[in-house]
Amino acid sequence: MKSGKGQKRLGRLLVNGTLLLLVVLWTIPTMGIFISSWRDRDDIATSGWWSVFPHRDWQPVREIDAKALGVDPNQVMEIEGVTGTFEEFRAGIETPDGKRVTWLGNKRLGRVEVQERVWTVSWNFTLDNYKQVLGGQDLTFTHADGTVEVVPGDNMIRAFVNSLSVAVPSTVIPILIAAFAAYAFAWMEFPGRREMFLMVVALQVVPLQIALVPILRDYKALNLNGTFLGIWLSHTGFGLALATYLLYNYISSLPREILESAYIDGASHFTAFTRLVLPLSVPALASFAIFQFNWVWNDYLVALIFLGGNPEFELVTQRMAAIVGARGQDWHLLTAGAFVSMVLPLTVFFALQRYFLRGLLAGSVKG
Amino acid sequence: MDASRGVSLQSQSIWIRILSLVGRILLAVGIPLIAFYVLYVGFIFLRDSDAPRGIIALVAIVWGVGGVALLFWVFNGLVERLPVALRTRLLPFVFVGPGMAILAWYLAIPTLRTFWISLFSRDGPQPGLGFFQVLASESFVGLRNYVAVFTEQLMLQSFRNNLMWIVFGSTFSVVFGLLIAVLADRSSFERIAKSFIFLPMAISFVGAGIIWNFIYEYRPAGQAQIGLLNEIVVALGGTPQAWPQWVDIAPWNNLFLIVIMIWLQAGFAMVLFSAALKGIPDELLEASRIDGANEFQIFFRIMLPSIRGTIVSVWTTIVIFTLKIFDVVWVMTGGQFGTHVIATQFYRQSFTNRNSGFGSAIAIVLLLAVVPVMIYNLRQFRKREAF
Repeated sequence: MKSGKGQKRLGRLLVNGTLLLLVVLWTIPTMGIFISSWRDRDDIATSGWWSVFPHRDWQPVREIDAKALGVDPNQVMEIEGVTGTFEEFRAGIETPDGKRVTWLGNKRLGRVEVQERVWTVSWNFTLDNYKQVLGGQDLTFTHADGTVEVVPGDNMIRAFVNSLSVAVPSTVIPILIAAFAAYAFAWMEFPGRREMFLMVVALQVVPLQIALVPILRDYKALNLNGTFLGIWLSHTGFGLALATYLLYNYISSLPREILESAYIDGASHFTAFTRLVLPLSVPALASFAIFQFNWVWNDYLVALIFLGGNPEFELVTQRMAAIVGARGQDWHLLTAGAFVSMVLPLTVFFALQRYFLRGLLAGSVKG
Repeated sequence: MDASRGVSLQSQSIWIRILSLVGRILLAVGIPLIAFYVLYVGFIFLRDSDAPRGIIALVAIVWGVGGVALLFWVFNGLVERLPVALRTRLLPFVFVGPGMAILAWYLAIPTLRTFWISLFSRDGPQPGLGFFQVLASESFVGLRNYVAVFTEQLMLQSFRNNLMWIVFGSTFSVVFGLLIAVLADRSSFERIAKSFIFLPMAISFVGAGIIWNFIYEYRPAGQAQIGLLNEIVVALGGTPQAWPQWVDIAPWNNLFLIVIMIWLQAGFAMVLFSAALKGIPDELLEASRIDGANEFQIFFRIMLPSIRGTIVSVWTTIVIFTLKIFDVVWVMTGGQFGTHVIATQFYRQSFTNRNSGFGSAIAIVLLLAVVPVMIYNLRQFRKREAF
């Protein structure tokens, strides 16, 4: 009996331990950019983000003027009781008592540092990265060595507003259209009903790549290319099949008596739809809305094709991809920018997690 | 007396009828006209205005969302003014019509149009020619684009890479999702653990690409590494690499991109598996425990078979998703270093190379790949006799 209990406890420990390990593994990538986005840009470029955690690092104890030592850097030198070539001193030579002697700078203008290993954290946090990535104006940045650099802003704010004005209608319009269609499929009789619904089912998995070339041609002919209207309609078209299917499943399962009594009281279909069905379907509408919003906000391909040519209308994902392409080494911008682009979906996700999961379980997965 | 009153009443009612008819016609013509005018003014404002961003965005949202609602309201109003017999026949189409029209325009018809374009060389069919003239024209190449799709070196590489994505990506997403779901079910911090695993689902592939680029960031040996993976590799005595760009190990460098998808999709699999596992009756598990089954036997003999349906559907969903993978490859490597996949080839051919014939052929191949799933869905749907 007792060994059984012990085994159980060991099992629990194993389960919790493995899970914790996986959770940490899954969280580290996001944490890395989150921490980095608040660090000074010179720090990001020279040390890993994990140096914000306590770690042992070499810190200078005292400094010696290389000239005063009177050594010849072209030969083997002896400084502070250790001997080595210039290259070895550049890398740093450890003394027997645990210190390190390092040559900084070049051969002629060098100085020598005696360093000691101490516990330290690199907590040089700043808001500058966010200022630069969000704003549209130039920003002056002072490096640690005193040089001043003027850097252009990346105007993420504009991209953010653009993304918002794409994402909100691209979420609401398909829901509205799909809800009307779902109501008709569920509560009206009309010729072609079955065939139309089969089309909805079939189109759910059709890859949107199939539509890009012909639709782009239409848009060029209609002058819709690079307009908000164009991209709203595209997202509507690509999300509609799934929306109709999900909302049909929900609306058709509403209790028959409620609607029938409304019709007997003289309600038209339109009134029944707006006054009864829409309010009753809020859970289903919300879970699809979250999905579609997330999908549109995170979309890159559709925006690239239908808004591609117009920098005025650049969305967050496009802005980020542009920074990756042009300045892939500017980690202070990339980390802050990536975090800005994630703020809204993450907020929506944490605030409405229940609906998000419900939508997922109902099959909100796009074709 | 009675008669004259009747006549005057009748004449009055005729006038009223005529008036109301005129009114109805005016309404019928006027309301849509006003509605369209309002929408048009909004459209022009959005297209040409120099107003501040925020205001334009606000107008755009109100105009777009309100416009659609307005159109439904107007058309419904029009149909409701018609005689009953006509109304009951037309009304369903007011409800279902816009949705079906958009679906037809954006997905159904484009499949045919894309197939048509795929039969032509780079610029597609020449406009202004009749059907037979177009077929006789020089730009008609028949199935030659498809031959190219299945023989060109870069395309074959893309198929191979996409196969790797599908095999490794979907398998590991499912395996990790299942593992985490089972562990979370027995752990003491289920909710929090699931939230954290699921969190990457909210991140865009572009964002995820940046996050993982940072993990893979490469600095020459000897310098301080700022990428976590290389820091670990160096600490273990290895040499740092630019992992996704490491062509020497091609095609296995694709795995460094595939990891990103697993990181994003495992949460999705986990949520569905978790719900399915909760659906297994407790008595079944208890009974087998009393019969002396150990946890592994319970997992393989009872849990796995009970959630087989969920596993199949999650797997299929991830496979379909993986088939169209684009953003992450495009942002991280642009398809270089032997990492092209079908969708990046589609983009490159259609929009960079402007070879719409070739691009369309690739799109059709993508479509053919999902046809089995489509047929399965339709079959499942037909089994539901309710419709």
